[in-house]
Amino acid sequence: MSVQLWTYLLVGITFALYIGIAIWSRASSTKEFYVAGGGISPLANGMATAADWMSAASFISMAGLISILGYDGGVYIMGWTGGYVLLALLLAPYLRKFGKFTVPDFIGERYYSNTARIVAVICALLVSFTYVAGQMRGVGVVFSRFLEVDINTGVIIGMVIVLFYAVMGGMKGITYTQVAQYCVLIFAFMVPAIFISFQMTGSLVPQVGMGSTMNDGSGVYVLEKLNSINTELGFNKYTDGSKSLIDLLAITCALMVGTAGLPHVIVRFFTVKKVSDARKSAGLALLFIAILYTAAPAVSVFSRINLISTVKDNPYTSMPQWFSNWEQTGLLKFNDKNNDGKIQYLADPNLNELYVDPDIMVLANPEIANLPPWVIGLVAAGGLAAALSTAAGLLLVISSSISHDLIKNIINPKITDKGELWAARISATFAVIIAGYFGINPPDFVAAVVALAFGLAAASFFPAIILGIFYKKMNKEGAITGMIVGILFMLFYILKFKFGVFDGGKSSVQGLSDQWWFGVSPEGFGSIAMIFNFLSALLVNKFTPPPPLEVQQIVENIRIPSGSSPANNH
Amino acid sequence: MKASEKYWNKNLTYLKYLLFIWFIVSFGAGIIFKDLLNSISLGGFPLGFWFAQQGSVYVFVILIFIYVYLMNKLDKSHGYED
Repeated sequence: MSVQLWTYLLVGITFALYIGIAIWSRASSTKEFYVAGGGISPLANGMATAADWMSAASFISMAGLISILGYDGGVYIMGWTGGYVLLALLLAPYLRKFGKFTVPDFIGERYYSNTARIVAVICALLVSFTYVAGQMRGVGVVFSRFLEVDINTGVIIGMVIVLFYAVMGGMKGITYTQVAQYCVLIFAFMVPAIFISFQMTGSLVPQVGMGSTMNDGSGVYVLEKLNSINTELGFNKYTDGSKSLIDLLAITCALMVGTAGLPHVIVRFFTVKKVSDARKSAGLALLFIAILYTAAPAVSVFSRINLISTVKDNPYTSMPQWFSNWEQTGLLKFNDKNNDGKIQYLADPNLNELYVDPDIMVLANPEIANLPPWVIGLVAAGGLAAALSTAAGLLLVISSSISHDLIKNIINPKITDKGELWAARISATFAVIIAGYFGINPPDFVAAVVALAFGLAAASFFPAIILGIFYKKMNKEGAITGMIVGILFMLFYILKFKFGVFDGGKSSVQGLSDQWWFGVSPEGFGSIAMIFNFLSALLVNKFTPPPPLEVQQIVENIRIPSGSSPANNH
Repeated sequence: MKASEKYWNKNLTYLKYLLFIWFIVSFGAGIIFKDLLNSISLGGFPLGFWFAQQGSVYVFVILIFIYVYLMNKLDKSHGYED
């Protein structure tokens, strides 16, 4: 069977599965729509959280990014997993005990203020919309390359599928599809990783293969081999980095704290029955995530060695079929600068003739390694599962922010449960359409806004929630000031150093890096903005009245696990 | 001291120790002391590089399960199981 046929078959089967689950798990109340009824088992929630969290960026882009960055890529591995320790230890159990539906719910009630709630809604919408646009784009890329449909058609097909199960099933439908999607994506990621690890090192475990010797009889360690390839081509040694110490620390911290503050991840812990289940499912979620996250750096190493040995100094005309397939997508570009007909892949931008988009490393990996056609089809289905599961989780945050936090809690508190459910469905539909629009007409800043999404989550939600739980006397004036200060600094920094708004446009961004505050890049600035949030919140708190006693009582109460009712409607 | 205060203080102690380890394996071994640790090798891995791209993740998973275990025990001893 051909690659194309396998792809249609595997994508078709998985899509049919998702639709089947959607029909089986329709939501009939707001409680089911927002928190899946609050009775999800820790194991199912662990898998669903893993799929919710691992997006197109984790599945498609991360391994490729690491293969280019080498050691520096470790910031993504540590940052995107370390956040779960914070979630499990500092946030999830207490938010579950609090037992409401959304993150703005917690902020609004803990800080006894609708202003706080509205600020939180704005943050949640900003974070989730920036994130979801990238997912729809990922869906489009996979469709266009593997199923050879137009990228826009791909986005629309993705929209219809998500619309179907997110609008009908709400969190209930999303949870069970995410469980299925986790299984699809982890299988799709690990099968080629195991194949290639075995080919190159003889080890069936990629995490071990990465530290083993090459299978070619040379007895050289894989990483040593890659170090010498890199040095020969003029790159840094793979196991060394080039980022500064302060920037490595800042980026890792921003990604960790941002992960812990992302509303679509936090709400997953509202769906379990008990506080102890929230802790346990955070542990399981990280375990499921760790399988992919520890295999990805191995894929980075193997695929870089494979790619370079295929192209290096070889004639363009002798390139295999996959080379021209990927050239057509624009993700691979060859420009024969010295007209010798051979491909030179070098660190020096003036001599380098090959442009390699990081996304290729995972997507083209099975083709580069000559794996069987069904593995290639599997990677397509896995990429779609990763993108769709994250998109659905984000859409739920967007729709509940509007129907629950704005309509139910602020505009029309008298709305019936049924009316609110309809409002939730309608806002989910609008959210899908807006996300699809950005998927078809991607703003050229999708990559830049990922930094913004994490930075905003780190600078706004994380301090407000932590202070809300661990500092009983924290008041609304402090928390609101902190969130606003954090968001404004973050936005300013991104506008200045990612878009060059104040210095004459994007072209000037390159030259601004020596003006970075404390030498921290925009990717890492979330850490600094978070510190500003904490400091200004504590300062304002000192000079304003403490919270009412009943609020302090709430805080005492969420610190004790017993007596938690399932997430309920007020 | 009230039982609930004792419970909370114990919880804070656990958090302090576990977050210390969390910090040491990632920011410490994976970043600050990476060059120093890279002189040691673990099979084909320089140790600092291994912590940054593998080891810290394994430790994170273990830390959460230790916390789950400790807290379940603490909940039980205070009669706070839910």
